[in-house]
Amino acid sequence: MLLAVWRYRHFILSAIWNDLRTRFNRSRLGAIWLILQPLAQSAIYALILSRVLAARLPGINSQYAYVIYLLAGMLAWSLFAEVVMRCLTIFVDNSNLMKKIVFPRMCLPLVVSGSALVNNLFLLVATLGIYLLIGNEPTWTWLWLPVLIAITLAFALGLGLVLGVLNVFIRDVAQVMVVVLQLWFWLTPVVYMASVLPGPAHALMHLNPMYQMVTAFQETLLWGHPPSIKGLIGVAMLSVLLLGMSLLLFRRSSADMVDVL
Amino acid sequence: MSAPVLKIEKLGKAFREYGMEWQRMLSWFGFTQAPASEHWVLRHVNFEVRAGEAVGIVGQNGAGKSTLLKLVTGTLRPTEGSVRVAGRIAAILELGMGFNPDLTGRQNVRYSAGLMGMSAAQIEQAMPCIEEFAEIGDYFDQPIRTYSSGMQMRVAFSVVTAIRPEVLIVDEALSVGDAYFSHKSMARIREFREQGTTLLIVSHDSTAIQALCDRAILLDSGSLLKDGPPEEVMDYYNALIAAKENASVQVTRHDSGRAQTISGSGEAVVESIGLFNSVDQPVEFVNVGEQVRLRVRVGVREPIARLVFGYMIKDRLGQPVFGTNTFHTRQTVEKVEAGQIIEYIIAFPMNIGPGSYSISTALVSSDTHLVDNYEWRDLALMFTVANADRDYFVGIAWVPPAIEVHCKERCVQ
Repeated sequence: MLLAVWRYRHFILSAIWNDLRTRFNRSRLGAIWLILQPLAQSAIYALILSRVLAARLPGINSQYAYVIYLLAGMLAWSLFAEVVMRCLTIFVDNSNLMKKIVFPRMCLPLVVSGSALVNNLFLLVATLGIYLLIGNEPTWTWLWLPVLIAITLAFALGLGLVLGVLNVFIRDVAQVMVVVLQLWFWLTPVVYMASVLPGPAHALMHLNPMYQMVTAFQETLLWGHPPSIKGLIGVAMLSVLLLGMSLLLFRRSSADMVDVL
Repeated sequence: MSAPVLKIEKLGKAFREYGMEWQRMLSWFGFTQAPASEHWVLRHVNFEVRAGEAVGIVGQNGAGKSTLLKLVTGTLRPTEGSVRVAGRIAAILELGMGFNPDLTGRQNVRYSAGLMGMSAAQIEQAMPCIEEFAEIGDYFDQPIRTYSSGMQMRVAFSVVTAIRPEVLIVDEALSVGDAYFSHKSMARIREFREQGTTLLIVSHDSTAIQALCDRAILLDSGSLLKDGPPEEVMDYYNALIAAKENASVQVTRHDSGRAQTISGSGEAVVESIGLFNSVDQPVEFVNVGEQVRLRVRVGVREPIARLVFGYMIKDRLGQPVFGTNTFHTRQTVEKVEAGQIIEYIIAFPMNIGPGSYSISTALVSSDTHLVDNYEWRDLALMFTVANADRDYFVGIAWVPPAIEVHCKERCVQ
């Protein structure tokens, strides 16, 4: 399986490249939109919510702290949401190819991961740029970022692919997930701080894997603290479990899959 | 005999519907669930194809041809039985798949070729050939959305056939595109064949099958009905279409060793048929251009509202050379009584090239044999055309030439 993917490495790279190219092919600003879109979104949240929440951001006096906090959370969330949403419809969207050409199916999620990573990298660079621009010093904890991104990606892929396989047979899954993801976003402390929640709700939040990831991003980017190892290991284990499940599910269903696509 | 490139054993494919999708999901994990409905598209199919063979697959719509091709390509998984292929398969199933309209021809070629498993180096190496074969000039570096469908087809065909595959699967794609390119692509397919590629062709075009294939397979409602020389299978297939009108199909071995197919409901039959020369002697060998008469005696067994007689001269590959019927010549016979004998005398010059030919006859009620087919008789008569007194020529038609040679400069004639 891995060997087949290795043979197709050039295809995967060119598919990622095509994916990015087509997205902005006919727009004037091209790849700049990759950064502009999430930045604009963060700017909206910052504008609306900073007045309300900035005062409650303890420990940091900078008035821009909230913006960094928001961007750090968005960094984790946007990677997660993009990969989950694209994996959900990955087989349905590529049904044409799956019905006509034999190629390692493994390429599809890899292409999605690759193009999501590139998007995320742009946003990361922009975030770090803003961080430095407003007069902060880089910290050693930034070195945690590749690990955090990898775990977030793995979790999103695992969850997305399990649901993606189910979605081939029950198309309602994708529809439901659109709503679920929105709810999930608000259940994760991206725009607010977990500490504003009352005690029991705060305890429950620890069960949310994305809480672990989002806070880890915030800790390393904003506060300069190392993330909670315990939380990370938990999410990593969950991701491995989900990835294993998705692989098993895909293997078992692949004979039926093309029939119903 | 070389080893089989493709071996299909007890192949079957069923599409299953479940009342609830979770029942299907349980079935993946070994909990057997009875599906709500099970539809076998293909079952008990066995055949082998050897290296370098060209096999045509024919059958009516829904006979399972496309499913068979998809199983061979590997996009569909068999429900039972197995498909074994030795070597690389390329499939021209539906051209232009996976093309992204916003990318240029070159970028799309890179993508599709990668999808087919070619490495970056192979693609770069093949790129000039692909560009040259497609012959679309500067459009190659323009977005695909600006292409005509013919141009897309050209690029797609060029990519799929960039590297000679061990097995090439062609599904109805031969007739697509302009005449020039379709000739060019046929030439490439032939070239592959000569180099040892095995061909698997699905087509409704019997001429294409007979011209390209040395074997044909007839599928009917999911099972393999006939496997043999293309001419024989195509005759049987034609008879089968006609036989849908509850008539019989009968295949006998002709004296020449070829199979003769007779079908029809039998209200009228050809009792005798003969070819006669200008002095009314029956002939089997005819000179090119000789005036001959075809005499056919038809016996009527049951009353018929209208009788049309048709005949067709076919070459040794079974391809039509000439054919017409009395519907087109406005000579139908109305209200025929049982017991009547009708004689048809057809005079024509034998303006066809040297070779062996056969005549098929049809007794029908309109211009096709699909409405009422009283009798359809393949290989009703065989004859040979020889070139006794004309200058040497090749081809199946005798088109008498008058060649004038004018020397403008001094030359020796």
